[in-house]
Amino acid sequence: MTLSRLAPYLQATPLTLILAAFLVLPIATIAMVSFWDYDSIQIFPAFVFTNYEETITSPVTWNTYINTFKYTLIVWALTLLIGFWVAYYLAFHIRSTTMQMVLFLVCTIPFLTSNIIRMISWIPFLGRNGLLNQTLMSMGIINQPLEFLLFSDFAVVLAMVHLYTLFMVTPIFNTLMRIDRALIEAARDAGANGWQILTNVIIPLAKPGIAIGSIFVVTLVMGDFITVRFMSGGQSASVGLMMANQIALLQYPAAAANAMILLIIVLMLVGAILRVVNIRKEL
Amino acid sequence: MTKKTTSKGVSRRQLLKGAAAAGGLAAGAGVVTGFPTIWAQNPITLRQFGTGVSNINAIAEKCKADLGITLQMTALDSDAVSQRVVTQANSFDIADIEYWICKKVFPAGTLQPMDVKKIKYYDDIVPIFTTGKLTPESKIAQGTAPNTVGFVEGPDSKTFAKAPTQWMTLIPTIYNADTFGIRPDLVGRPIKNWKDILDPAFKGKTSILNIPSIGIMDAAMICESAGVIKYGDKGNMTKAEIDTTIDFLIKTKKAGQFRAFWKTFDESVNLMASGEVVIQSMWSPAVAAVRSKGIPCVYQPLEEGYRAWGGGLGMAKHLKGAQLDAAYEYINWYLSGWVGAYLNRQGYYSAVLSTAEKNMTPDEWAFWMLGQPAKADILSPEGKVMYTAGAVRDGGSFKERMGAVACWNSVMDEDRYMVRRWNEFIAA
Repeated sequence: MTLSRLAPYLQATPLTLILAAFLVLPIATIAMVSFWDYDSIQIFPAFVFTNYEETITSPVTWNTYINTFKYTLIVWALTLLIGFWVAYYLAFHIRSTTMQMVLFLVCTIPFLTSNIIRMISWIPFLGRNGLLNQTLMSMGIINQPLEFLLFSDFAVVLAMVHLYTLFMVTPIFNTLMRIDRALIEAARDAGANGWQILTNVIIPLAKPGIAIGSIFVVTLVMGDFITVRFMSGGQSASVGLMMANQIALLQYPAAAANAMILLIIVLMLVGAILRVVNIRKEL
Repeated sequence: MTKKTTSKGVSRRQLLKGAAAAGGLAAGAGVVTGFPTIWAQNPITLRQFGTGVSNINAIAEKCKADLGITLQMTALDSDAVSQRVVTQANSFDIADIEYWICKKVFPAGTLQPMDVKKIKYYDDIVPIFTTGKLTPESKIAQGTAPNTVGFVEGPDSKTFAKAPTQWMTLIPTIYNADTFGIRPDLVGRPIKNWKDILDPAFKGKTSILNIPSIGIMDAAMICESAGVIKYGDKGNMTKAEIDTTIDFLIKTKKAGQFRAFWKTFDESVNLMASGEVVIQSMWSPAVAAVRSKGIPCVYQPLEEGYRAWGGGLGMAKHLKGAQLDAAYEYINWYLSGWVGAYLNRQGYYSAVLSTAEKNMTPDEWAFWMLGQPAKADILSPEGKVMYTAGAVRDGGSFKERMGAVACWNSVMDEDRYMVRRWNEFIAA
């Protein structure tokens, strides 16, 4: 075999090794452990389906998944709306490229602080005696503090939208920047109004960006546990939180089974997104 | 959600300096014999981890100064501690765990029992931890009482002994009796019973802790106080009792009685300090932390009694030779008074009271242990004023508090079922 025929394999080797060691192997381990048995202090190698059985047949699991899907759907819709809005403004209303880049960087500034800090900062703001309630009360808009602001689904969704919108902005901004401006002019010449240009030209061409952003947001929200725990004050559950609890109680096989189920569901969601939009064709 | 604060990693330079100084001291003062051995000549490091309450840097510093043993401390939450003991047996030398955790993890065989003959102050340890009775007349409380998991039958045994033997699983370090913390300025009524947390006036302003083995005991105290159920043994509920308790909790949660559930010390402090809750399960140093912000907070004694907890030091199975000797030396030092006084000054109780008393002023002792009014300002171990002259601590004397324990934190026979139902409550 000549070197030139070997070359592609050699080029693929580093990535293959990295993925095998850090992706395939851990997932295989989790898959294996998910069939093991356990008691309150130990896990032992076995091949049982009880972990899956207990997970799938428990109404807690179903409620938790429904709750997680609810968060995912709401957060996805909001981040898409806000993300597209911001990206559209940056791409079409800011004329100079320099200014576009500057403003885009401004969008990323919150990301210079840690995820946890950005989330926790909401707590004193939204609390019963927090800034928002105090301000509203001193302005006379309300005379009782609004309780739903913190430790509620509202708080969870708010924090998630805050944390994840940039994951929508970036890919959508990227695709919008690639749209040939001549197409928009052509549409206008052909008599399309603003709304028609948006729905018939821009959104279809922005689909790959929307799809990539959606994959980010959906996978992040589906796997989240810390935001849900902190912002709901431990009153709501998500799939990730359920797993974290199981791990804390040394129920590794149950957590592994849960992880496998979540992985399959998330892959199905990503698969569905990719069926709607062919990312590779349109990039 | 594991918070890790590894501290006291002494650099090589500091270590060399310390070793040289201590070596010089030992060589120069050849007459110094016996306790304490200066370990600095042959530096020994003990890796200790445990729940935040007793992983105190000041203790590590004092230990270094007195014994030359470097303590590397890691603070984790209760769940992470149990995991670590069972799954990473070689990652620690000393495990600072609670008695209910001990019941869960000791049978895993990663800890070795200690020979009480090598524990200098064994006979002075508060009898709660040996016979289970504070005074000969007292009744042993429900739950995982420390004496029930305090001893095993032999040096290699994993079976808990019914009565004290020569082999102790944990050397008690720190214990206390818990109730509710309240905001006296916001509750607006006297709080006397565990059921008072269910008062509709506190709707959306209460919290209990979300650590199943502890939370269930608070829940049990509340349910029994409210007349929902009368338990055979709160510390070892039947499935039916667990169901009744959890169903009641779910109903209460759905009615919006709780504001949040907390899992870590600082969460409980923040909930209380911010006024999000006005009455909640709390640990006594958390109350002190709220008060140190200048916010009124009281640790309220309740008629039905306290839920008690206790922790102790366990030795890793792998310890042997010089390290094992050092571990014993460390434990003997721990019980010799300085640490005891330090812990007592935080409002906790220490295992050997006679040595602690010698390290406290008579006024401090009278305030913390006898429940008498302070003659002068009472300072925290860091030197901050905690109580001004004339103040009286919550709950009275040691005997009144530890004598009114209704139950201990516990692991039940139906633990797995309980945890499953508890998760249902949290997810409900």
